[in-house]
Amino acid sequence: MKSLWLTARLDIAESLRARWFGIYCLIFGGLVALLFAFGLTESRVLGFIGLSRLLVTFIQLTMAILPIFVLITTVRSVAGDREAGVFEYLLSLPVGLASWFWGKMLGRYLVIFLPVFVAMAAAVAWALIRGIEVPWGMFGYYTLLIAVMGWCFLGIGMLVSALARSTDVAQGMAFLVWLTLLLFLDLILLGVMIQGRIAPEIAVGFALVNPLQVFRTAALALFDPQLIVLGPSAFVILDTFGARGYQLFALAYPTLLGVICAGSGYWVFRRGDLP
Amino acid sequence: MTLETLDAMVPEQNVPILERQRGGGRPLDHNGAAMIHFENVSKTFKRQCVLDGIELQIGLGERVALIGSNGAGKTTLIRCLLGEYVHEGEVRIEGQSPRAERTAVLAKVGFVPQLPPPLKMPVGQLIEFSAALCGCDTGRIAALAERLGLDVGRVRQQPFVKLSGGQKQKILIAIALGRDAKLLIMDEPAANLDPEARKIFFELLAERQATSTMLISSHRLNEVASLVNRVIELDLGKVVLDDRVADDVSLAGRLACRIGVKRREPAFEKALGAWSFVASADGLEWHGEVAGPDRLRFLGMTSRYVGLIQDLQLSEARGQLQEVA
Repeated sequence: MKSLWLTARLDIAESLRARWFGIYCLIFGGLVALLFAFGLTESRVLGFIGLSRLLVTFIQLTMAILPIFVLITTVRSVAGDREAGVFEYLLSLPVGLASWFWGKMLGRYLVIFLPVFVAMAAAVAWALIRGIEVPWGMFGYYTLLIAVMGWCFLGIGMLVSALARSTDVAQGMAFLVWLTLLLFLDLILLGVMIQGRIAPEIAVGFALVNPLQVFRTAALALFDPQLIVLGPSAFVILDTFGARGYQLFALAYPTLLGVICAGSGYWVFRRGDLP
Repeated sequence: MTLETLDAMVPEQNVPILERQRGGGRPLDHNGAAMIHFENVSKTFKRQCVLDGIELQIGLGERVALIGSNGAGKTTLIRCLLGEYVHEGEVRIEGQSPRAERTAVLAKVGFVPQLPPPLKMPVGQLIEFSAALCGCDTGRIAALAERLGLDVGRVRQQPFVKLSGGQKQKILIAIALGRDAKLLIMDEPAANLDPEARKIFFELLAERQATSTMLISSHRLNEVASLVNRVIELDLGKVVLDDRVADDVSLAGRLACRIGVKRREPAFEKALGAWSFVASADGLEWHGEVAGPDRLRFLGMTSRYVGLIQDLQLSEARGQLQEVA
């Protein structure tokens, strides 16, 4: 346990020093600042007095940025460290492989989750100071959603890092994973459905396996409980899960996916050559 | 394990090595019990065999030079010993597997890599992390670095990667020697050290001589010959030489040196200055001390100025004349 915390602390310190972390914080801090500067003003014009519009916009943008950011920075740092000989030296010290792998995962998880959470919490704090109504339920659920999203893509990133033997290959794989998930949001699904090769239920099933789509739908569900914007797909989703059930699914499934990917990554890491 | 059983186990091409071991009279177990066992260890990368049926036993207290050209398999052998590579065959350190029981095994191992890792963390953090994992005192590591001539307090906040090659090497040596490691694995450890630091480094090794086994890897034997009492040469993943070497020079021994020169030469004066030599008033006679294991390196340096040297005397500390050129 001591080695796990030591490794986690080391990874946190490394991340705090890294340039990507500064950019990461700047992006999410900047997003909130920008949304306050423009979004909230607009909300007033349209009659909104709460924070929900800002939070929805923030979570949608987070969904676009966080997965690729987490994937690329994770594989770059893990595969890069291995390639540069950092693993050769640090793994010659008496640290267990489980402590090393899960310690890195824990440290990195805190580093990717906290800036996004702090940015959102800062928005809430500012709203409280200004006397703007805060949708606490939405804030709580979005916090969980971000926590789960970070975990899920970190797990995928750790698996890719364990599989790839070089930084270039790891980055390529990570980008491919993200691109595939992105294409399966709409384009490919729409394409195959239009060609009539698969049943709509199967297409919706594919969409529900895609963590990006799961997050996207869950974020919408809180703002638009009937999922009107999704069109006919909403019937399949709501008939299968119900609104509440889907919210829970959107938390449970990506968590499980993250655990499976990270667990597989650990299995590959433990069985193969370390440096 | 007897030689007969080993004969039965090893491939035919290794027979001359066993004959050499018999002929050289080197017992398989230096101090009665072998500390490190390699049993038929092979490692293949994408169909390329890098280690090919390695059979080795190294006893406690042995100082082994692991030599061989690039691609001979030295680094792979070291990584197998550190439990970092999966391989065929078996590696045991004091009966334990460095892979399956890595924390227990690696707690006994001090490792100095050939290329310092590009760690961005500050030196202080690296020392604290290593000390916490190894259960040793950061003060002991800092004290060792000080002995090697590096003020840790001055570089504590600096990123490790920003240090000079010599400074990095001193930190890594201090971390490896700053705990009670029974096995020291060092890949060209003295390559980046200045003469004074090398002298201290040899003293530090001498202090650990009775309690530690040392495996020192190098491309060239003359770099490490004076540090070791056994030489193992690898070529294309096989052991092609396993022999003992003369062990007459103490690791902590020092040789008093006097050099007379025909005329003053700034380049030679600078080189001798680096070895902490002091000149006479007219600059034609130089005095200093050379660490015993460093004498080959020292003579290598002086050989570049052989036309300039009038006489050169190296004597053991007790006053006995060792070599006169």
